[in-house]
Amino acid sequence: MKLNTLFLGLCGASALAFAAHAETITIATVNNGDMVRMQKLTDDFTAKNPDIQLEWVTLEENVLRERVTTDIATKGGQYDVMTIGTYEVPIWAKQQWLLPLDNLGADYDAADIIPAIAGGLSADGKLYAAPFYGESSFVMYRKDLMEKAGLTMPDAPTWDFIADAARKMTDRAADINGICLRGKAGWGENMAFLTAMSNSFGARWFDEKWQPQFDQPEWKKTLQFYVDLMKDAGPSGASSNGFNENLALFQQGKCGMWIDATVAASFVSNPKDSTVADKVGYALAPDTGLGKRGNWLWAWSLGIPAGTQKAEAAQKFVSWATGKGYLDLVASKEGWANVPPGTRTSLYNNPEYQKAAPFAKMTLDSINSADPTKPTVKPVPYVGVQFVAIPEFQGLGTTVGQLFSAALAGQSSVDDALAGAQTAAVREMTRAGYIK
Amino acid sequence: MARAVSTRRKIGFTVAAWVVALLIFFPILYTIITSFKSETEAIAGFSLVPSGTLESYAEVQAQSNYFKFFLNSVVIAVGSTILALLIAIPAAWSMAFSPTKRTKDILMWMLSTKMMPAVAVLVPIYLIFRDANLLDTRIGLTVMLMLINLPIVVWMLYTYFREIPGEILEAARMDGATLWGEIVHVLTPMAVPGIASTMLLNIILAWNEAFWTIRLTTTNAAPLTAFIASFSSPQGLFWAKLSAASTLAIAPILIMGWFSQRQLVRGLTFGAVK
Repeated sequence: MKLNTLFLGLCGASALAFAAHAETITIATVNNGDMVRMQKLTDDFTAKNPDIQLEWVTLEENVLRERVTTDIATKGGQYDVMTIGTYEVPIWAKQQWLLPLDNLGADYDAADIIPAIAGGLSADGKLYAAPFYGESSFVMYRKDLMEKAGLTMPDAPTWDFIADAARKMTDRAADINGICLRGKAGWGENMAFLTAMSNSFGARWFDEKWQPQFDQPEWKKTLQFYVDLMKDAGPSGASSNGFNENLALFQQGKCGMWIDATVAASFVSNPKDSTVADKVGYALAPDTGLGKRGNWLWAWSLGIPAGTQKAEAAQKFVSWATGKGYLDLVASKEGWANVPPGTRTSLYNNPEYQKAAPFAKMTLDSINSADPTKPTVKPVPYVGVQFVAIPEFQGLGTTVGQLFSAALAGQSSVDDALAGAQTAAVREMTRAGYIK
Repeated sequence: MARAVSTRRKIGFTVAAWVVALLIFFPILYTIITSFKSETEAIAGFSLVPSGTLESYAEVQAQSNYFKFFLNSVVIAVGSTILALLIAIPAAWSMAFSPTKRTKDILMWMLSTKMMPAVAVLVPIYLIFRDANLLDTRIGLTVMLMLINLPIVVWMLYTYFREIPGEILEAARMDGATLWGEIVHVLTPMAVPGIASTMLLNIILAWNEAFWTIRLTTTNAAPLTAFIASFSSPQGLFWAKLSAASTLAIAPILIMGWFSQRQLVRGLTFGAVK
């Protein structure tokens, strides 16, 4: 008895002494299903790396962005791993705020990362953040309503087809809107959608000399098309709708079509939450025949701030969280349908994943069709499909988003919204020194 | 006749008061109701009848350690309030009983600091906290919340102290009371309702403060505001979970407010009717 007690005491003391020497890394992350799942699975990491403890800070996307930007810009040193998007990576890499990820281990297989995603997370040929989850956007539609309208959705529709189908599927008496699109103002809200859409109409934010282009006919066509379509076939109060609002509408059977993030496919096809789970079809984002589709490219990825004192431990964690082994771990615990999508080519070649995720091929095709380095029909001086990777874009994008949201709500005309956007963009770009 | 009119008016005011109270309380009530729904129920549309599931609470507790955040909230809210009262009582005493021609200007200047958007000073404050090693510490946050709420505390106490006749303090002085004795043994007991309501209001303000508490903390000192923020998501429907987290976060302060409502109302109406 006494020996047992002594043994247990020694074990406890050893554990305490060990815990005192374990290195703790702090990870800032967003609250989405995949990240929450990862937090539940971290026992696997700590079992493999007993000398590293993990602390999580989960925040809403915009708050997280502000927090980590403040911290990294002031070298606050509060985080060792940061969840950042394709917007931040090129800007932060240029500022030398991130460490290049060149020590992820021999079995990491960086070449397996989907090229379009890797391109968005690299600068000067070096990977500065490892993708944890990637997405594009595509069309999700109700097969039953499409059939009822007497139409067949092609794999690669045009905007004219989408508009025609949306108007035919609309049934106000039955509370069915032909199409649900983002209208809530914000650079990551309506402007993510509208910027990607404008690419397919031949528009661009800036010409090669950083002159704003909202006074060009391509933007007029884009915005007029969007406002008219939403007026005829969109839900009421669409100017307040973002991803979550449209997701709720679609899941309740109130949308004929919804063009949004590919990650939504796993939500709308989940019978636990969606009333239309067995009726959803998928198609590529529409085009106008100019060579670019209206889909975006985004990846939540893990980056390591240059000021961290725990770079080695942080790299080990990034390697674990974004490696092939993690995908297998999720599949073994929660099934292939719950594996974080959009990062590795090998996942899309996996027959088990293809079987579990019927939207897999369309997701990969959508991701592959987006090119952040050549996002538009005409040449541009910037990187980014649904954003412009410059620090000024967050503020400017939201200002323009507010003007476009007002046009959707009928508070201003399309012409006035575009004129306001042009004035705001010229002012901001001049102030920031892009326009001499 | 006059009595009937008076009764009708009384009933009218009572009904109006209930309607206003319910309107104000309804968002909180609906949050509590939503917390007992499943995610599917939560997005299905307006309904006041939940299925009564506790799955959101279970998931919230599984995802985060509520009690760690709760403890931080208690320490920060109570600590900042005590600190604010220690500074504000002498300040308000001075301004109420020994005013100078600049007293009004000082009061206005103090209040004007509340008019500046907090984000305007985010970077300098963050740098100061970084250099002073106060990031993600309870001490740092306690001092910060004390400074934020100090103008309101001083103003409230000043208003209460002004209602106390200066002659009573003069009489105490005549009886040989020292300055300390005057404040502690004469002024403070007379202003207890005012001090109590100021204290309660300050605890509520500190408990609910979200801007600085989220931005100056990461893990060690994060209070319940950070706990709620961790359940907000622009991509994915987590309304029931968010409601459960919000209910858990506001429950302690609601309970405290319920038990201390008499003191709160008494303090807030102190000197309102002469």
